Amino acid sequence: MPVPTVPPESPSRSWSRTVDDLAGGWRQRSLWGHLGWQDIKQRYRRSVLGPIWITISMAVTAVALGILYAGLFGNSLADQLPYILVGFIVWGFISGCILEGADVFIANEGLIKHLPAPLSVHVYRLVWRQTLLFAHNMIVYLVMLVIFPQPLSATVLLAIPAFALLMVNGAWIAVLLGIITTRFRDLTPITQSLVQLLFFMTPIVWIYEDFLASENPAIAERARLAEINPFLHFLEIIRRPLLGQEQHLRHWVVVLVIAVVGWAAALFVLRRYRSRVSYWV
Amino acid sequence: MSTESASDGRREVSITTKDACVDFPIFDAKSRSLKKTVMGLVGGNIASTSKVPIIEALTDVNVHLEHGARVALVGHNGAGKTTLLRLLAGIYEPTRGVAEIRGRVAPIFDLGVGMDPEISGLENIMIRGLFLGMTRKQMEARVDDIADFTELGDFLRMPLRTYSTGMRVRLALGVVTSIDPEILLLDEGIGAVDAAFLEKSKRRLADLVERSGLLVFASHSDEFLRELCDSAIWMEHGRVKQHGELEEVLRAYKGTPA
Repeated sequence: MPVPTVPPESPSRSWSRTVDDLAGGWRQRSLWGHLGWQDIKQRYRRSVLGPIWITISMAVTAVALGILYAGLFGNSLADQLPYILVGFIVWGFISGCILEGADVFIANEGLIKHLPAPLSVHVYRLVWRQTLLFAHNMIVYLVMLVIFPQPLSATVLLAIPAFALLMVNGAWIAVLLGIITTRFRDLTPITQSLVQLLFFMTPIVWIYEDFLASENPAIAERARLAEINPFLHFLEIIRRPLLGQEQHLRHWVVVLVIAVVGWAAALFVLRRYRSRVSYWV
Repeated sequence: MSTESASDGRREVSITTKDACVDFPIFDAKSRSLKKTVMGLVGGNIASTSKVPIIEALTDVNVHLEHGARVALVGHNGAGKTTLLRLLAGIYEPTRGVAEIRGRVAPIFDLGVGMDPEISGLENIMIRGLFLGMTRKQMEARVDDIADFTELGDFLRMPLRTYSTGMRVRLALGVVTSIDPEILLLDEGIGAVDAAFLEKSKRRLADLVERSGLLVFASHSDEFLRELCDSAIWMEHGRVKQHGELEEVLRAYKGTPA
């Protein structure tokens, strides 16, 4: 554990303590690694199938929605189902990071008030838990590949850095949202409604490119507005490689910029309010 | 990570606070209701009602504790004992003033924190140990010792929710007393076990204190304090009222000459 060297003036708000928090939390990998697993096992503790339920419920939801929307939009199931499935899995990770991020310090009140651990421990634990959930859901993706083979090429490997970028973004969202919601509790229900709304605004069940190519100019015009939605880009960087589609550089650029700007904001807030969180929870 | 070296060459541990204050803002819905805000505006000089009310839990705490200190913490309910322990643990960083903590802190304020009722006793031993700053390896080496101490036998493989309160305390005490802390902070409530077990845990507790570099122990039990501590801090209304030799402080605190 690092020995804090204390400058005389207001040490709580120094950059060194901010970095110590993030680095110290990272060093406690064995703790949050263990806890993250525990969280997953815990959820299905007394059930026979255990964490496989994560996989099953994802499969059921994706298949049901796939059939429904394939019918609604008049697409073939072989197009619609893989699209919805991958979108759903990725959205599960994103929304998980946001929803649980908004609750990350409030939910860990007991630990924060009783143990002098870096705040980042709770954030790492959250992202790790969401990653494990994601991994469980990827089983459905692999099964889908057998049933509906996709034109995969070597670009599928780009899904790995894409997911890494998602994790990096998930972490700053949890830091930033976690601190703000701890102070302003009204933001938790707002976040929940917002995430719900974003699910419909983001091309997960509807195929963005189909609308862009629509013969009705009004629809095509409106579809272009979806580009403003940052979550479109988050989805595209990982969905496209997983479905063997052509990559667009702009999605990666947007996600990278968001990661940098987001972390800058998160670091600023962490530096200023890190030491206040234990007072606020 | 310094945990490996902790068992052999012990480095200097110390806690120093300088004019440290802990102020809690109370963001209660009531305090910010529209009615009060309006009244505050009309009234003019009642500035405090329009702001967030603040509870000054600790004021101007100046403490310097070095390696080897065995400090008792006494004071009435609400005097700031637990808050002071949290300040010394680094959980609360002072809102004004400075607190400098050198060393790995093992705070034992609540025996049950970090325990999960759905997992087995053995798994809980591991998690609790990790929470207290131990490594997985260190805990694996200690599991047998803890199991012996708790006398829980095969129950350790059962989920914690099946345990009685007494059994939980045994488990928690077993883990807590097995660690190698540099700075040990204890908050009362340790004595809630049956008499025979208490004798046994007292020895372990004494050993733990022996191993630790620095101890601060908040308790209402003079007997316990006399056994483990040699100096004392008397808290009153969030201030350090007296800091000195144990008997002297206890005498002043009780208000009765011994």
